[in-house]
Amino acid sequence: MASHAIEVKNLYKIFGPRGADFVDAVKKGMGKAELNEQHGHVLGLQDINISMPAGGVMVVMGLSGSGKSTLIRHINRLIDPTSGEVLYDGVDVCKMSDADLREFRRHKTAMVFQKFALLPHRTVLDNTVYGLEIQGVERKESEKRARGWIERVGLKGFENHYPNQLSGGMQQRVGLARALTNDADILLMDEAYSALDPLIRVDMQTVLLDLQKELKKTVVFITHDLDEALRLGDKIAILRDGRVVQQGTGQEIVLSPADDYITAFVKEVNRGRVINVETIMRPLSGNAEGVPLVTGTVLESAARTMTAARVATAHVVDVNGRPIGALDLSAIIAAMVTPVSHEDRVAA
Amino acid sequence: MASICSVLPALLCKFPAIDESTIRLARKAVDDSFKGFVRSYGNAIDTVVQPLQWFLNYLESLFVGSPWIVILAAMVAVVYFGSRNIGITIGTALSMIAIGLVGLWNDTMVTLAMVTVCTLISILVGIPIGIVMARSDRVQAFINPILDVMQTMPSFVYLIPVVMIFGIGKVPGLIAVVIYAVPPMIRLTNLGIRLVDKEVLEAADAFGSSTWQKLKNVQMPLALPTIMAGINQTIMMSLAMVVVASMIGVGGLGKNVLQAIANQFFTVGFLNGFALVGIAIIFDRTSQAFGKRLQKHSEVIHG
Repeated sequence: MASHAIEVKNLYKIFGPRGADFVDAVKKGMGKAELNEQHGHVLGLQDINISMPAGGVMVVMGLSGSGKSTLIRHINRLIDPTSGEVLYDGVDVCKMSDADLREFRRHKTAMVFQKFALLPHRTVLDNTVYGLEIQGVERKESEKRARGWIERVGLKGFENHYPNQLSGGMQQRVGLARALTNDADILLMDEAYSALDPLIRVDMQTVLLDLQKELKKTVVFITHDLDEALRLGDKIAILRDGRVVQQGTGQEIVLSPADDYITAFVKEVNRGRVINVETIMRPLSGNAEGVPLVTGTVLESAARTMTAARVATAHVVDVNGRPIGALDLSAIIAAMVTPVSHEDRVAA
Repeated sequence: MASICSVLPALLCKFPAIDESTIRLARKAVDDSFKGFVRSYGNAIDTVVQPLQWFLNYLESLFVGSPWIVILAAMVAVVYFGSRNIGITIGTALSMIAIGLVGLWNDTMVTLAMVTVCTLISILVGIPIGIVMARSDRVQAFINPILDVMQTMPSFVYLIPVVMIFGIGKVPGLIAVVIYAVPPMIRLTNLGIRLVDKEVLEAADAFGSSTWQKLKNVQMPLALPTIMAGINQTIMMSLAMVVVASMIGVGGLGKNVLQAIANQFFTVGFLNGFALVGIAIIFDRTSQAFGKRLQKHSEVIHG
């Protein structure tokens, strides 16, 4: 089953009874504060253009109030846009009829929620079959599929427990199993891990990454945590005040933050675990020297390999073992420490 | 007073009521048109409510006609399987035996039949209205004042049109009781559905639930504790109202109370009163324990 990309085009959302009347004003440059003061309307999203990769994890990051949860709700149209398009497989979700939208939600999307949003009166198993039950799948079949996913997320033996009897981390596993059982192309995760404590959060990230390796769904993941974004995201978009400030891969964002706001975020990131060797390698000149490092190796493990081998130089090889570049320990260290320019920009 | 009135114009001193003859005419017009309405539609309305009469008579003859031991066993079984509580079950058996010993068994059965029918009708009428009310703020704004009137209007006042339409008997009594007892059912159904967690509803939407699926899978189950509280209130109010309804021909314990008031029979009054209290407590404890049992899933074991 091939997933399709999601294209968000010129999306605007203005909350308030006459939101549509102010789209032009916002396009001409009216700001969030001005709109609120003069017209009592709240600017939720403005001029969002994101192309979410098919079969990849798209992370939308922002602090509270940045519009990230509003944005994800446009993809399955839990919120209607004021103007703009959300295209999936060439169809504009925003123009679907009620019946089409229901079918789209049933078969193409599944969602995981920050506060789990499980049905408290249903057991883990009954919660997990919910999506299939709505679709009208026969109980025997849906139960079989649900049991499979319950086992995959590590909840075997808890099928007959009620959500209230489970810890937060386990409840979110149910949320994930419920979404996966739906077998939809698009997986929407709205701050799915924000309510979990740090260790369990990392654990759940690993669960998602492992599953994604084989499932290749189009995942849209919302978070306020840059470390989480960098770990999960094939592509990251950073939102502030309803506007996309920067989008690109994690490497691009860490290495060249678009403005002071993102710089302030990036400053705290453990760069050694984000930046890959091929990002900082220099072109190969002469023979490949030192230990070989495969593309995709992060600087921290590169440095570990090199110090263990007691060499100061290394060369980067592609997946076929062909050398494509070289780098040395000092370049790695220079890239791992936060650049002075970033410190200055934040201090200023 | 008079001194102030000497300075004020007469209009501001004595309230300018519409003169008596106009009021009399208006009153007569309303009374006459209502009587006309009753004359022309009375029979039709009687036919419509005829099934209620049958149902009520059937249940009453079943309760009164069956041997007491069968009824007692059935009650104890219902209470036990509803509450799964030995204490409540024993209490039920003891109070029913006490009622029988003081010679009120048959009257209690009549009242029991009445309250059962009233409660069933209140649930059947109340829950759909409550659901409609929860779906629309407009409907809520329309129905709420009607419920206010139903709850605060002295019951004797609406007994007047009920008697004019239906005459004296069980069915008018039943209707009067339902009018009095149905508002909490409607209000609490409405409240329960409106209080359902928005996040869970959003999740139901996100999985593509239809309106009916949302109502059936999410809203009704999550509103159930509140709806159960409504049923409990409805039962209590029906029990209170059967005494008033005895004024228009409902038999049972209420009628005895009414006679006791008229004749100052102190002991008879209290015995019948306590019999009512007994049934009320049985209904209340059983329905509450049943409601609690339905909420078993919300008990936190760990976490």
